[in-house]
Amino acid sequence: MNLNFWLPILMLSSSLFTGLIIFFLKEEKVGLRTVLNLTGAVFKVVAVHYMAYRLLVLDQIHHVSFSMGLGFDFALRVDFLSLMFLALSSNLWLVTTLYAVGYLEGSPNRSRFFGFFSLCVTACTGIAMAGNLITFFIFYEFLTLATYPLVVHRQTREALEAGRIYLWYTILGGTLVFVGVVWLQVLAGPLDFIDTGALQSLGTESHFSLCTIFLILIMGLGVKAALVPLHGWLPVAMVAPAPVSALLHAVAVVKAGAFGIVRVVFDVFGRDFAGSLGLLGPLAAAASITIIFGSIRALSQTDLKKRLAYSTVSQVSYITLGAAVIAPFSTVGAIVHLVHQGIMKVTLFFCAGNFAETLGVHNIHQLKGVARRMPLTALLFTLAAFGMIGVPPMAGFVSKWYLGLGSVDAGSSWILGVLVASSLLNSAYFLPIIHAMWFEKPVQQWKTLRQGLLEAPWMLLVPPVFTAGAALFAGLVAAWQWSPLGLARQIATGMGIYP
Amino acid sequence: MPELLVLIPFTAALLCFILKGVLRSLAALLGASLTFSASALLAADVYQNGAIRISLGGWDAPLGIGLSADGLSVIFLLLTAIVGLMVSIYCVPFFSGLHEQPLARHFWSLWMFLWGSLNSLFLVSDVFNAYVVLELVSISAAALAALSGTAASLRAALRYFLTAMAGSMAFLLGVGFIYAQAGTLDMFLVGSSGGDGPLMAMALGLMTVGLIMKSALFPFHFWLPPAHGEAKAPVSAILSALVMKGSFFLLLRIWFNVFQDSSLTVHAASVLGFLGLFAVIWGSYQAIIQSRLKLIIAYSSIGQMGYLFLLFPLVLTTVDAAWKIEAWTACVFQAVSHGLAKASLFLAAGNLIQASGTDNLRSMRNIAGSLPMTTFTLALAGISLMGLPPSGGFVAKWMLLQSILASGQWWLAAAPILGGLLTAGYIFKILSQAFVPGAEGACCKPVCFVMEKAALVLAIFSILIGFRAEEVIFLLTDRICAANPGGFWP
Repeated sequence: MNLNFWLPILMLSSSLFTGLIIFFLKEEKVGLRTVLNLTGAVFKVVAVHYMAYRLLVLDQIHHVSFSMGLGFDFALRVDFLSLMFLALSSNLWLVTTLYAVGYLEGSPNRSRFFGFFSLCVTACTGIAMAGNLITFFIFYEFLTLATYPLVVHRQTREALEAGRIYLWYTILGGTLVFVGVVWLQVLAGPLDFIDTGALQSLGTESHFSLCTIFLILIMGLGVKAALVPLHGWLPVAMVAPAPVSALLHAVAVVKAGAFGIVRVVFDVFGRDFAGSLGLLGPLAAAASITIIFGSIRALSQTDLKKRLAYSTVSQVSYITLGAAVIAPFSTVGAIVHLVHQGIMKVTLFFCAGNFAETLGVHNIHQLKGVARRMPLTALLFTLAAFGMIGVPPMAGFVSKWYLGLGSVDAGSSWILGVLVASSLLNSAYFLPIIHAMWFEKPVQQWKTLRQGLLEAPWMLLVPPVFTAGAALFAGLVAAWQWSPLGLARQIATGMGIYP
Repeated sequence: MPELLVLIPFTAALLCFILKGVLRSLAALLGASLTFSASALLAADVYQNGAIRISLGGWDAPLGIGLSADGLSVIFLLLTAIVGLMVSIYCVPFFSGLHEQPLARHFWSLWMFLWGSLNSLFLVSDVFNAYVVLELVSISAAALAALSGTAASLRAALRYFLTAMAGSMAFLLGVGFIYAQAGTLDMFLVGSSGGDGPLMAMALGLMTVGLIMKSALFPFHFWLPPAHGEAKAPVSAILSALVMKGSFFLLLRIWFNVFQDSSLTVHAASVLGFLGLFAVIWGSYQAIIQSRLKLIIAYSSIGQMGYLFLLFPLVLTTVDAAWKIEAWTACVFQAVSHGLAKASLFLAAGNLIQASGTDNLRSMRNIAGSLPMTTFTLALAGISLMGLPPSGGFVAKWMLLQSILASGQWWLAAAPILGGLLTAGYIFKILSQAFVPGAEGACCKPVCFVMEKAALVLAIFSILIGFRAEEVIFLLTDRICAANPGGFWP
């Protein structure tokens, strides 16, 4: 058996077939469904780590490609960047599945939920492993379709309306990406991510078209990456159940957009070529506006999940910002933030879900004194929020440090200003919550909706403990060769832009 | 082999008229599966050995009647075979219901007759015979549309019939002009005998108008929504998936085989392209504002047929041969994937009507729970119609947009882009109903297993064809008229 071929296929099918089987399970077969879900997730995590071992230590290239007969190949190819996104999504899928099993206990339509949930992860895996822009696009659209049923899962009027808005944003974005991809292929022929620099040889007469294509692609991807003003769907989609907000809207969907932007900048256009076309300045500006705007909007939200959503809008754009600055440190910062933001934000959403599920608390004003009732959840929330602000030694500090270093290196110190302003704003919307949780008196009697051995059912507590631990660990051991930062450095070195 | 494709369905039509009950269904199924096998064998033959031409009774053209099968006809024959077989399987339980049983005799004989006529249309090799089979197709199709016998369906069928007749007359007049100018009726001989001038231009114009009336191109689409919306579900599937494709196929033959490059004007092609563009936008928009499932699907046909007409400006104004082939393949691919997806949608709509008694969108509330298989079918076929990857519709849109961008006719790009968005609009209008919680106990009667699966198989085909683009492209480029004298590839 040729593992270089089969491992990527196994990665995809571990969640694809799990999802398809789950669709046909009867609603009441809880045990079988949970076993299937967790088996699929564990299998995928093991496969990712084995793949990482083969790629990093044995230096094997995993590559699959089929001809589609249309002048392009369906190609899967695992490089370091794919590996990073894969590791992020598969590990978080495992913990989120556990969380979702606990969260949705006893609610209707669970087979449908977990079926589509697995399909979403399949789409993310495909996005991570895509070897060219067309394969990327195929999975990108697949992700849109698979997430819609999750957004409307609750079937309330509000959820349906949110689903409609989500769909229109993403379908429009998908159409833009489609046009960009087709146009690029007409102009330059099929391009794999590994032939970076092919566009450079096109000659100056096509530069105008290239700029337009770049703009179209970024606009299309910017919808999922929630670049202002294309971010409108993200806060609305927060009506979805907490695991969906956690994995999809904090990690998978927005990351798919950000990952796409990173791919377009680094692997399709090439960072230096994009810079020489004058495209990166505007991109950095758009990202900065998004960072500041998202944070300001987060300030005025009183619904906890909405505040977290706007915080996502702001934080994800760090990735875009880092990709848009021509400096080695910024590149590393962008890539490492892909992982760091994911584990921190997923923790925050888990905690928000715990508050809502066990105490029925959705609003920030009701959170006063909640640390006395749920100390562990409050502690985890605090850790993750500190990470978001960028307090050392949390993971968020590492990303911000690298982004800051990079902007100084590139001579655009205004970006440093953006980072500082954003950190201040982050503190301004997280610290009051933390203060209220720990130091204020409860305003009401706590209701108890769900009982558990500790403050909540264990299935709702283990996942955030794990992710918050990961966020702390990633910051503490940042200098280690195989930490997210270490990997990001190796990726940048592989691109030839990090010494 | 080609003659069997005509012979088997006509025989089956006769048998269905004579036999009764189970025997009739057996005869119909036997006829359907034999025709399907014959189509598949012919396709394999053409794929391996190249285009075929036979003369019936040993009389060569211009005296005798010839049948010719090249890559293009084989693709449409296969589409007809797959849709035909699935519709036939679907119809056995469908027409054993209490209300439908009395209609079975007429339905089966008319449908087999229509299938035979369609097959002969795809094999035809002279323009007069083309007129004859076109008439056969129109007559049997209009009769099928009137099958349910309600006042609305009779009115719709009559309107359809009159439009189709007017179209046939225009076509016949064109045939007359061709004969006057070229002195022969054989498609491929007319092509090579040259003949350029006002008569030929007139003939081309008349035939084109006649055929676009039958293909419901904007602004001749008025007859379509009531005819397809009021007919029985399997009949709607046949009409929109196959009958409309028949006249489009003939249009391709006329434009690219009968008339040589010189007599085709770029202007006429541009007009067709613009009408196609309008059709895409207008049809899709109309589909969005409908509230009955079958009407949405019927208006969607107008939009989806519009894409096909972009072929003419793309092929005739592009210089680069590679992009011509791309445009040509794109539109034929669109025809096939639309046929499969649309048939599946109509069959699924039939299931819904069977379950809830109406096809109003409200009746679809919460069908995700009660009819999961039908919902899944609607979703799959919808994905193909929207052109989302990986599906037949995606391949078609991909190639279409590529050839549009390469040919530099930017305004045409509005069709795949805007059309795709509008299509997404009405498909999700349908699908989002599946998630609206319905009233308690509002649904549903059970739907026959075979009927659900027949629709599902067609939907799966419309997705899978996206993975087998290579073979289709090969048939369309390397198996076109190579052995036919005078035939030229566009």
